[in-house]
Amino acid sequence: MVAPLAELTAALEIRRRRRLPVALVVGGVLVLALIVIAALAQWIAPYPYDQMHVRDRFLAPNLHYLAGTDEYGRDVFSRLLIGSQLSLALGGTATLVSMGIGVPLGLIAGYRRGATDELIMRTLDVMLAFPPIMLVLLILAVTPPSLLKTAIAIGVLAVAPIARVTRSVTLDLMSGEFIEAARARGERLRYMLMRELLPNVWPVLMVEASLRVVFAVLLGAVLSFLGFGVQPPAADWGLMISNGRAFVDTAPWISLAPGIAMSVTVIAISLVGDGLREVLDPRIADRR
Amino acid sequence: MAAYFVQRLGAVMFIMVAMSILVFLATHALPSNAAGLILGQYSTPETQAALEHKLGFDQPLPVQYWHWASRMLQGDMGQSFEMERPVAPILWDAFSRSAILAGSSMAVVSTLGLALGVIAAVWRGRWPDHAASIFTYCGVSLPEFYWGLVFILLFCSTLHLLPASGYANLSDGVGTFVAHLVLPVATLTLTLLAHVARLTRSSMVEALDSMYVKVARARGLPERLVILRHALRNALIPSITVLAQDFGFLIGGIVAVETVFAYPGLGRMLVGALERQDLPLMQAAILVLTGVYCLANLTADLLYGVVNPRIRYGGSVG
Repeated sequence: MVAPLAELTAALEIRRRRRLPVALVVGGVLVLALIVIAALAQWIAPYPYDQMHVRDRFLAPNLHYLAGTDEYGRDVFSRLLIGSQLSLALGGTATLVSMGIGVPLGLIAGYRRGATDELIMRTLDVMLAFPPIMLVLLILAVTPPSLLKTAIAIGVLAVAPIARVTRSVTLDLMSGEFIEAARARGERLRYMLMRELLPNVWPVLMVEASLRVVFAVLLGAVLSFLGFGVQPPAADWGLMISNGRAFVDTAPWISLAPGIAMSVTVIAISLVGDGLREVLDPRIADRR
Repeated sequence: MAAYFVQRLGAVMFIMVAMSILVFLATHALPSNAAGLILGQYSTPETQAALEHKLGFDQPLPVQYWHWASRMLQGDMGQSFEMERPVAPILWDAFSRSAILAGSSMAVVSTLGLALGVIAAVWRGRWPDHAASIFTYCGVSLPEFYWGLVFILLFCSTLHLLPASGYANLSDGVGTFVAHLVLPVATLTLTLLAHVARLTRSSMVEALDSMYVKVARARGLPERLVILRHALRNALIPSITVLAQDFGFLIGGIVAVETVFAYPGLGRMLVGALERQDLPLMQAAILVLTGVYCLANLTADLLYGVVNPRIRYGGSVG
């Protein structure tokens, strides 16, 4: 089944004429930069993140300490860089967990329909009915906190919305001819889900995933702010904001700097999500 | 409609029972020594065992749950370990203060969110639209506690305009009462606004492009009437539902905002109880918050049916 060459080039031509959305380009560049920074943080950071400079406590941002120092004389800039690893790891892991569970559930529910669908979706409805932060707080308060557990807890929270989106897209796809063709060929369940449905659901899931990463980073910050997430002396952004709270009058940079870092991260990821949505659904762009 | 209501109410009951079992089990998995906490550091293992027997902690878990749940249903929430006072009145005080905070925030969010959404849609693509979208982007790109800190830094430490923390009773004067509310409400509003404003904008844009608005314009109605009476009325439906859903987010936000502003509400009480492992207080707070959340969801669903009678209830929802 090779499309005639002329048709293909015409399609490509249309593709090329529609420029990539600005949001996607800007967001994408920022996210890439963040990933590079996080990966190289150990080498970029001017000081070890937990090194205390006792004589240099509460210094305002200057040439030696780009973002100032905190109450122990630790370099805030170095801590910011290391903190980006924690934030990205948290957002990534949580999203992987929720996609890993939610996508298969949604695919199966949408493909099988009937009793399987009912069972899966009603169970998820029950999960959605619990106030999200209560569950996470309960889990984290009862057991000793760690980054991985926070990530998994946040990830499990997002299983239901991911499964719902996957299911609704799958339902739309089910009327497609390619599904009928695959059925006629007698393909097995795994092939149907992984080869026929998943590649078509994927684009929509990317948009959803970007939302989930943002959600995880923000919720993770709230949890460590409340003291139930990552524990000191880790260079977690939420934790740094929380620690700086006591000195907000005299040394505001301790709290403000990690907040700015977090907002750049969150905005970058949201831009990617918005840009992707625009590519997928050009009507949104036209409507503006 | 009535059958649907009963069905939903049944679901809420089910969730509450499930949550109560979960809370009960979770708090019993805590490595805390309740008897030791109550009796203090000079207790002996014997006195602790005696108290545990008196409190029924040595009975099998299902029996304990049954006793605990029936006491809760009768309104007896037990004694706070730490404050050594009955939980119910403490909880009620905290709840009413949180309700004031949540209620005022919801009022501000709904008026401001709708207004911003309408403005952005009417002046779509021009500067008011961009300003509104930048404003809402700011709100959602940072967690609420951070905005709380920024507000404290700006309005308390720098401008000395407002109190940075705490709560004032109405009896302390209306001015003081309101002054203590301004910053927490502003913080909650900022983080919730985006959702409502964006949704209102997109449904307004759709409504303004619709045939009935074109017809209304063609009939020569003044633009103000077209926007408010024809477009907004139809665009309102999704916004109302999303407002009720946001109430759930509000509960999460309240926990963080109350902590930042040292506001003595339910959220801060819960965080304190979790930190100090004050089991009765923790259980009661979580159950009350869950109940409020379920009721908010129920209201959202019912409201959706009221404002949009085309929705059919019963059967499986597609």
